[in-house]
Amino acid sequence: MPLLEVKDLQVRVEEREILHHLSLTVNQGEVHAIMGPNGSGKSTLSHVIAGKPGYEVTGGEVLFRGEDLLAMSPDERAAKGVFLAFQYPVEIPGVATMTFLRTALNAQRKARGESEYSTPDFLKKVREVAKSLSIPQDMLRRGVNVGFSGGEKKRNEILQMALFEPSLCILDEMDSGLDIDALRVAADGVNALRSPDRAIVVITHYQRLLNYIVPDFVHVMSKGRVVKSGGKELALELEASGYAQFEDAA
Amino acid sequence: MNVVVAKTETGRALSDVFAVARGRLPGTSQVADRRRQAFEAYERLGLPHRRIEDWKYTDLRVLMREVQPLPAAPDAAALKRAAAALKLHAIAGVRRVVLVDGVFAPKLSDTADLGKNISIRTLREVLEAGDAALQAQLFAPDNSDAMVALNSAMMTDGIVIEVADGAVITLPLHIVHIASGAAPAAMFTRSLIRVGKAAGVTLVESYIGAEGAKAYQVHDSLIVSIGDGARLDHVRLIEDGREAFNISSAVVTLGAHAHFNTFGMNTGSLVSRYQATIACAGEGSRVETNGVNLLNGRQHADSMLLLDHAVPNCASREIFRAVVDDRAHSVFQGRIIVRPNAQKTDAKMMTRALLLSDEAEADNKPELEIFADDVTCGHGATTGALDQSLLFYLRARGLSEKEAQALLIQAFVGEAIESIANDALRELAISAAQRWLEARG
Repeated sequence: MPLLEVKDLQVRVEEREILHHLSLTVNQGEVHAIMGPNGSGKSTLSHVIAGKPGYEVTGGEVLFRGEDLLAMSPDERAAKGVFLAFQYPVEIPGVATMTFLRTALNAQRKARGESEYSTPDFLKKVREVAKSLSIPQDMLRRGVNVGFSGGEKKRNEILQMALFEPSLCILDEMDSGLDIDALRVAADGVNALRSPDRAIVVITHYQRLLNYIVPDFVHVMSKGRVVKSGGKELALELEASGYAQFEDAA
Repeated sequence: MNVVVAKTETGRALSDVFAVARGRLPGTSQVADRRRQAFEAYERLGLPHRRIEDWKYTDLRVLMREVQPLPAAPDAAALKRAAAALKLHAIAGVRRVVLVDGVFAPKLSDTADLGKNISIRTLREVLEAGDAALQAQLFAPDNSDAMVALNSAMMTDGIVIEVADGAVITLPLHIVHIASGAAPAAMFTRSLIRVGKAAGVTLVESYIGAEGAKAYQVHDSLIVSIGDGARLDHVRLIEDGREAFNISSAVVTLGAHAHFNTFGMNTGSLVSRYQATIACAGEGSRVETNGVNLLNGRQHADSMLLLDHAVPNCASREIFRAVVDDRAHSVFQGRIIVRPNAQKTDAKMMTRALLLSDEAEADNKPELEIFADDVTCGHGATTGALDQSLLFYLRARGLSEKEAQALLIQAFVGEAIESIANDALRELAISAAQRWLEARG
């Protein structure tokens, strides 16, 4: 059974159809890249999979391990193993990062009927992961993302990914706003999480990110549907010829 | 011309209560005179209503439909119920002084081994045998506000605390007001704390109802004087029963280089009103006043703070947060007065309300009256709902809707709670907020 199956998905926002009959299948262990110009519906797809309010699904379905994902609340999806790394992670003043991480991790574990982490185990785990991502301890004591640089915010997303151990990771424009060094640190973090029982979907506008996170499959989106799928060489092809050819195909 | 004040049913009933009670209210003949004057002032004013600007949002003629009789002195059964309630709200590491149904309860209080630096007496004692200056201070609040005047007329008991010059009292004092619930009753109390020069002390006030205590009324007032160079930390926690009324006031005067840090949190009572007048009367004094209302159901809570900068070089900070759910109503009225010679005043006030339902209401009324020209004064007021993008982020990380809301609400009130200097008391406020959040389900 595929991990994620998007079948014939149609999505509207305020009367405007953003996704038209979109289909996509992702299996465990695979890394997929979804590329496309601005406005092609890439972020909408990631939001609908994560359960963000404000989107109206008018047709099709999204199955996660065969279960109807669209019938679940965002927190149920998270507990099942769906993780969206946000393009613009929000700042939450007054909620310490450490408190947030522990509350979220334990909420997911509780929903799955697992025991909550003990404080020493949790701290040990967070410290290990933070160190591998070069996240300083004082960042964990600050409010969630408050005063973080763009790179720090993205690293904080990957820190959460590493802690929560989701089976499906969707990275929405992870490279936006990152310089080359920050990008490399973030990409190394993601690569460390590649595993046979986890799938990663990388949404990006540019081929650059795919030099660091090398995908097994590349899909090109245009005007709300997947117009071409192929191997990693498709990304290079796009880099050379641009998206214009697909705008017409859509 | 004679003006005839139309009296409401409640107003008339109160007059009857005073007529019956005056003979047994404690105090010397001078005190009795002052009570009579205060009651006459109250009768002229009548119960406050919405056309009186300070009471605009809290019309007692509508809200306070009936006035209850003064309570009987607590009997053994009442004290037992009070003791059970006290157990649930006990704080470790404090010296506790308890008023049950408005009367000092020595058996529930700890006034042993006070030492020479602190004196604790009952209001009754002081009104009956205290020195004239202290009695005058107890009647210091003027009778221009009807409910303060009524409290002056009817005050039955309370706690009078004096801290000697230079004494730093490490053990916080905790005044607990308990309604035993024997029968619906109106309790009138007044307490006073005089902090000597360069002294330091912490005062906590809690208001609770015993199990079964329903529609009781608390009428309380606190008179505070903080000597030159002294510091008072003050925490008020209103956890009264959900049908109770709590009408309280405070009058605070700071000497030179004195420091007053006060925090109030209201999660209880059906209708509550707190009016505090804080006067910076000595140069270089500093005030931090922080408040949190956590309201749901049909609760109504009105806080009115008046900061009076009367002399130069004083600073004040006000932070107020209201979280309002269901059909509850929160009111914050903050007034800052900077008198003509109070140059170099630094006063800031920030009030924010969070509405959790479409029918919740929050009114913020900041007022600045500035008569000096070299001052820094600022205020801000916001009202809004929880940020949907923050809620989604938290839910995408596995928090349920209630858990996500609870985390954001805690963060919202956190800034005000963090102002509490004493660690144990800060934890107490945090746990009171958590109890409220858990009760939301």
